[in-house]
Amino acid sequence: MRKVAIYGKGGIGKSTTTQNTVAGLAEMGKKVMVVGCDPKADSTRLLLGGLAQKTVLDTLRLEGEDVELDDVVKAGFRGTRCVESGGPEPGVGCAGRGIITSVNLLEQLGAYDVNQFETDYVFYDVLGDVVCGGFAMPMREGKAQEIYIVCSGEMMAMYAANNISKGIVKFAEAGGVRLGGLICNSRKVDNEQNMIEAFAKKLGTQMIHFVPRDNMVQRAEINRKTVIEYDPTHPQADEYRSLARKIDENKMYVIPTPLEIEELEALLIEYGVVD
Amino acid sequence: MLLRHTSDIIVDREALTINPAKTCQPIGAMYAALGIHGCLPHSHGSQGCCSYHRSALTRHYKEPVMAATSSFTEGSSVFGGQANLLQAVETIFSVYNPDVIAVHTTCLSETIGDDVNQIAQKARDDGKVPAGKYLIHCNTPSYVGSHVTGYANMVTAMVKSFAAKSATKKNQTNIISGWVEPSDMREIKRIAREMQAKIVLFPDTSDVLDTPMTGKHEFYPKGGVTVPELVSTGDSKHTIALGPFCTEDAAILLENKCKVKFDTLQIPIGLKATDTFVSTLSRAAGVQVPESINDERGRLLDMITDMHKYLYGKRVALYGDPDILVPLTEFLLTLDMKPIYIVSGTPGKRFEASMESLLSKKVPEAKYKNGERADMFLLHQWIKQEPVDLLIGNTYGKYIARDENLPFVRLGFPILDRVGHSYFPTVGYTGAMNLLTKILGAIMDKMDRECPEEKIELVM
Repeated sequence: MRKVAIYGKGGIGKSTTTQNTVAGLAEMGKKVMVVGCDPKADSTRLLLGGLAQKTVLDTLRLEGEDVELDDVVKAGFRGTRCVESGGPEPGVGCAGRGIITSVNLLEQLGAYDVNQFETDYVFYDVLGDVVCGGFAMPMREGKAQEIYIVCSGEMMAMYAANNISKGIVKFAEAGGVRLGGLICNSRKVDNEQNMIEAFAKKLGTQMIHFVPRDNMVQRAEINRKTVIEYDPTHPQADEYRSLARKIDENKMYVIPTPLEIEELEALLIEYGVVD
Repeated sequence: MLLRHTSDIIVDREALTINPAKTCQPIGAMYAALGIHGCLPHSHGSQGCCSYHRSALTRHYKEPVMAATSSFTEGSSVFGGQANLLQAVETIFSVYNPDVIAVHTTCLSETIGDDVNQIAQKARDDGKVPAGKYLIHCNTPSYVGSHVTGYANMVTAMVKSFAAKSATKKNQTNIISGWVEPSDMREIKRIAREMQAKIVLFPDTSDVLDTPMTGKHEFYPKGGVTVPELVSTGDSKHTIALGPFCTEDAAILLENKCKVKFDTLQIPIGLKATDTFVSTLSRAAGVQVPESINDERGRLLDMITDMHKYLYGKRVALYGDPDILVPLTEFLLTLDMKPIYIVSGTPGKRFEASMESLLSKKVPEAKYKNGERADMFLLHQWIKQEPVDLLIGNTYGKYIARDENLPFVRLGFPILDRVGHSYFPTVGYTGAMNLLTKILGAIMDKMDRECPEEKIELVM
C-alpha cells in the first residue's frame, strides 16, 4: 500500500487534481482510498458526485455514539473509498488538531487495514500550506511516505511549494517521508513548464507532469464529476491518466533542497520575465 | 545529598530551566478569584489543569479549594470549548449557586483560540446568568509570565467587570492586595481599622482560606470582597496598589475607567515598606497615624536593635515572587544583613531595576536574576560557589537547605510542609516581627546545634 499526500497553495487545484488522478488510478484497476484533510470537507465531491457525507469529526461531536467505519467511508467512482476529516466551523476551535484526531481515529477504526480492505493507494488531500503541526500530520512517521506538491508558475504558488518543501525536510530527516515531485497545474503563465522544471531541479526533484489548463475541468466540476467520468474521451482525461500512470511508475523519491528566497526570486526573473 | 549533581560550575544555558522558581498562570487567577465573596473559580480547559491548580492551592492553604472546569475532550479541542462553557455556566448557577463565576483560561483553550469574552457575552445574551449573578473572565496562558501574571490578570478582570463611577464620591480608599497570605490581608485590614481609615480591600482571601473549624462546611465561607464593594471602588477617593507585578495593571485600569488616582507601593514587608504604606494610607484616607501603630513600630525597632549582632553581615539567598522579594530585600538591608543571591522565575524588567537601586551601593557583589533560567538550580550553584548563612523562600528550597546545611525560613508560595503562614502575618510591623522571629530562630538554632560545647550560650 502506498500512502500519498498532496500539498500546495490554497486554491491551486489540489482537490481537483487529486480526484482526477485518483479516477485515473481507479480506471487502471487500482484500489484507492482518499482522505480529505480540509475542514470544508470538499475533497471527495467529484468522486462521490456531491457532498453527501458525514465527516469523521462529525461523529466526534456526537460523543458516546460508537463510530462505525461505514458511517464515514463512502464508496465513490469505481469503488474508491472516500473519507472526509471535516473540522470546526470557520473561526473557532482548532482545525489542525482536527486532522490529528481524525487520522488517529481512522487508524483505530482500521480504515487502513489491508487485510480488511484491499488497498493500493491512500491519498491525503491536505488544506493549503503547512501552517501548523496538525496540517503536517500526514507527513509524520508511518503516515504518508510520498508527497506531491501541486503548483503553477505563479510566484505565490512557488513560494508555497518551497515552504512545504521545508516542512518535508524536517519530517524526512526524522522519518521516511520523501518528495515524489511537483505537479504543475497550469495557469498559462509565460514560460511556465520550463520554469517549473527548473524549479523542480533546484529542489532536487522532478516535475512529474504538466497539466494544461482546460475549461473541461470546470465543466466536469459543475456536474460534480471528474473529467475521466464526465467525458472519458476528452484529451484532458488523458492528461490525468498519464499523471496517474507516472505516479504509479514513479521511482524518484528525494529529500528536497528548499531554495533561499533570493534564489527563488532569481529563478522567477530568469524564466518569468519574457521580453 | 539530594541534589548531588548540582555543581558550582555555571555553564551557559540556552533553553533548559531546572527547578523553576514559578508556577503556572491559572493558579494565580484561581487564588485571586477566591478573594471575592461567594465566587466559584472556573477553569476553561481540560480537567487535569483544574485538578492540579486546586490541589496546589489546597496543599498550601490547608483548606478545600473549590473550582469548576470546562472539562475539555478531544472534541472540544477541535471544535472549540464554547458549548462546554455555556453548559458549565448553566450547571454551576443551578447546582452550586455562586454569586460570581470567575473564568480563567488554560494553555489548551488559549492555543486553540477560544474567545472567552465572546462566550461569556453569549452566556449572558442566552439568559444563562441569572439576575444579580455575575460572570467574569480573564486570559491566563501559562506559557506567558507566571502565577503572578495570572493573579494580576484576574485582579484586573475584577476592576474591568465591576468598578463603576456614580455621581457621588465615597469616603473610602481602595487597597489592591498583591499575592500574600489570608493572614496578611487580615493584617492590612486591621492596620486600616486601627488607623480608622475606611478601605475596600480586594481581593481578600481572609475568612475564605483560613476559616475556623466549626463542624459545618461552608461552600462559600463568609470572607471575600463583595460585589457591591467591588462596584464601589469606582467611587473611592484613592487607590493604593500593593505590589506592582500583581496589582498595578488593575490600578491603572481603575484610574482610566473611573478617574481614581493611585499609588503603587511595595507589599508592606519590613520596616521601610510598612512606613511607606502607613504614611500613604494616612494621607489618602485623611487620617492620623495612631499611637498604637507607632508603638508597634517601636517594638519592631526594639527587637531589631536588641538582636542586631546576630544579623549583621549575614549572607542571605532568597527566591520567589518579585513583589515579595523586593520589600524582603529592603528589610534584610534594614537589618544589616546581606541579600546576596536572589532569583525569581517571574519575568519583568522592573525586578532588575528595583534590585539594582536597592543593592548597587550596599551589596555591590549581590547576584540577582529573574525570568527564564532564573531557577533554583542557578541559585544553588551560586550558593555552592560561595556559601550563605540563611535561605528564604518556598518549600522547594528544602532540598538545598538540607544539602548545604542552611538555616531555612519558609516564605512565599507554595509552603507545603509547614503550617502557620495562613494564620500569622508577614506584613506590617507585627508581621515584620514574626518574620524576624523566624529568621533569628533559624540562625540561632543552628548556632546552638553546632557551636563548640564550651561556646554554647544560655542567654542570647
